[in-house]
Amino acid sequence: MSEQEILAAFTRILRDLLMDDSIVLKMDTRRQDVPNWDSFAYISFVVAAESELGMKFNVAEVESFETVGDIVAAVRARLR
Amino acid sequence: MQKEPVAADFSARLKEALATEDGLVRLDALRSLADAAPGYVETIQLDRSLARVPPAAIDARLTRLRLALLSSVTIAQLVPGLRVAALRRGFFLDVFAGGFGQYRHELLDPATHLQSFAPDVVVLSLSARQLIGSIPVEADFEHVERVLKAEVAELQGLWNAARTRFGASVLQQTYLDVYEPLFGSFDRLVAAAPARAVARLNDLLADAASADGIAVLDVARATARDGIDFWFDTARWLQGKMEIAPQAIARYGEMVMRIVAAQRGRSRKCLVLDLDNTLWGGVVGDVGIEGLVLGEGSAVGEAHLELQRYARRLKERGVILAVCSKNEPAIAEQAFARHPEMVLRRDDIACFVANWKDKAENLSAIAEQLNIGLDSLVFVDDNPAERARIRSALPMVAVPELPGDPAGYVRALAEHGYFEAVSFTREDAQRAAAYAANSQREALRGASQSVEEFLRGLQMRVVYGPVGALELERATQLINKTNQFNTTGRRYSAQELALMAADNANITLQFRLSDRLGDSGLVSVMILRAAGPGVRELEIDTWVMSCRVFGRQLEDEAMNIAVECARTRGVEALRARYLPTERNGVISGLFRNLGFEPAGDGEAEGPSVWRLPVAAYAPRRTFIHRGGEPS
Repeated sequence: MSEQEILAAFTRILRDLLMDDSIVLKMDTRRQDVPNWDSFAYISFVVAAESELGMKFNVAEVESFETVGDIVAAVRARLR
Repeated sequence: MQKEPVAADFSARLKEALATEDGLVRLDALRSLADAAPGYVETIQLDRSLARVPPAAIDARLTRLRLALLSSVTIAQLVPGLRVAALRRGFFLDVFAGGFGQYRHELLDPATHLQSFAPDVVVLSLSARQLIGSIPVEADFEHVERVLKAEVAELQGLWNAARTRFGASVLQQTYLDVYEPLFGSFDRLVAAAPARAVARLNDLLADAASADGIAVLDVARATARDGIDFWFDTARWLQGKMEIAPQAIARYGEMVMRIVAAQRGRSRKCLVLDLDNTLWGGVVGDVGIEGLVLGEGSAVGEAHLELQRYARRLKERGVILAVCSKNEPAIAEQAFARHPEMVLRRDDIACFVANWKDKAENLSAIAEQLNIGLDSLVFVDDNPAERARIRSALPMVAVPELPGDPAGYVRALAEHGYFEAVSFTREDAQRAAAYAANSQREALRGASQSVEEFLRGLQMRVVYGPVGALELERATQLINKTNQFNTTGRRYSAQELALMAADNANITLQFRLSDRLGDSGLVSVMILRAAGPGVRELEIDTWVMSCRVFGRQLEDEAMNIAVECARTRGVEALRARYLPTERNGVISGLFRNLGFEPAGDGEAEGPSVWRLPVAAYAPRRTFIHRGGEPS
């Protein structure tokens, strides 16, 4: 999966979860940049992304992700 | 556990539903999407979409219900699962999601928000973690037992608070065993080992729930079946103190709402079975009885027998069995009579329909003959074309999707929880016999010259009395399950009913009907409440009667009895109310027929109020005798 494909998948998941089609995720997007992406919705996003991609993030990663790009990188590391 | 399949066009259908302006159309579309077994993200989407349905549409289609989910841990993730499962069953939930660890305070402190929320249902979802952590591993059996019993005693206090403060029904979740083995298999032999302590705690909880009439939400059993990894995810526990993982919320909601629906009489009542390639392998009309694949060491034959065994167990717990098959009736009956491997007997089947007619027509006839609604039927057929036909012609009939392999039939039927129950009474165990007796009565009716001759020939007897401790469970079940002959549609818990029965200002009556063909058991309950202080009138708050005894004059004799009891008390008049529900149209003329006069200005189609001066009542003539023990 390319960076862009993962980003597109993340955008779709978050749009579905928050029911907001105006969301566009970029590599440097932070959680506070997206309306309603609170800590609870963040866990929902992790759950949905893990299920969609068939992988699990470490608890340390989930705690330390700062940008969407960090999450994309974690996925790419597992695909390698 | 496998991920649930999601309808491929889910997103498109959801967009379409949200694009429509018509609230009712939107709601119906969402409800049909809820039926499509949504996964985690879809559940959240549906829940958010439901918030975009106008209240008027909700009120027009769904029954509102107030549910409080109280916990010692995080439960906010569960709420969408609850609301979507409710939608699937025709309810709209207002949910009070309790605060982390606040369940005691919320239930016991009169000044909490829960007080103003006034829940109809309280779900207690508790973690055993703190309790298990408090027991030293070297604690002996007595020590552990003392700690566990104290926990359950505290629960009983909470249940009591939920019932007395809110009149709510309580669902107590079993404790999850999320603990890693401490000794290994030896855990089972160590009183304080977490696995053993949790299992024991759940046993004690079940005993207490049974004694107190509380419903148990057995998530522990579900974790054993689905695998603990489906229900519990260590990462979610560490991240958010969730003991039930988000991916399990659809299943959790479904489990809760099955019980809630069962408590309100919405479980299914009758299993309708196809024959060829469903109950047995092969087409009996082609291969003959000798050629059927059934038992005899063939795996396929054994698979069909497993379905028969499961159906028989369902019958034993009170589910009515029917057959609907495209066959020559004589050949189909012969297979039951002559095939040595058959587990189901012909007399297990309350309604046997084998012909060449359209199955939708036959299912309607079965429902009519059994006097139950089409929405009480579950139809099991191996033929995809027949399933599709019923789903489109009779959408209210439940039609489980069957796999190609008969080995999966029982699971496919069982996993939907169509027959979820919250009680099991003597009447349930004897239901099949009661329906068989009803078939004999129908035959007798057909052979009689007149209705009078038929009724006289039955030699009916009614035994009646107040609702006492012995009748409490069955009377409660009848009040909550009866949809047709139900004057007000009001539902009461056993405890509420016991309180009304204990109040001398009220009269409660339960009626058992028997005749020479059998004992129909406790089939009617009437609650007459004091209309007000100082008023010498009683109001029929609730009157229910099992559809099994329709057309037998029991309503007439029951009213004779009610008036006698009222007269003895010096009551001057009976009041009654008919509140129309979706299903009780059959008794819209009941009170007029019994001699009541309209009181107040009820609309022709709406609720109506009735009054009967006791002195003016002319007892109805019936063929029902009084007293005597039912045979």
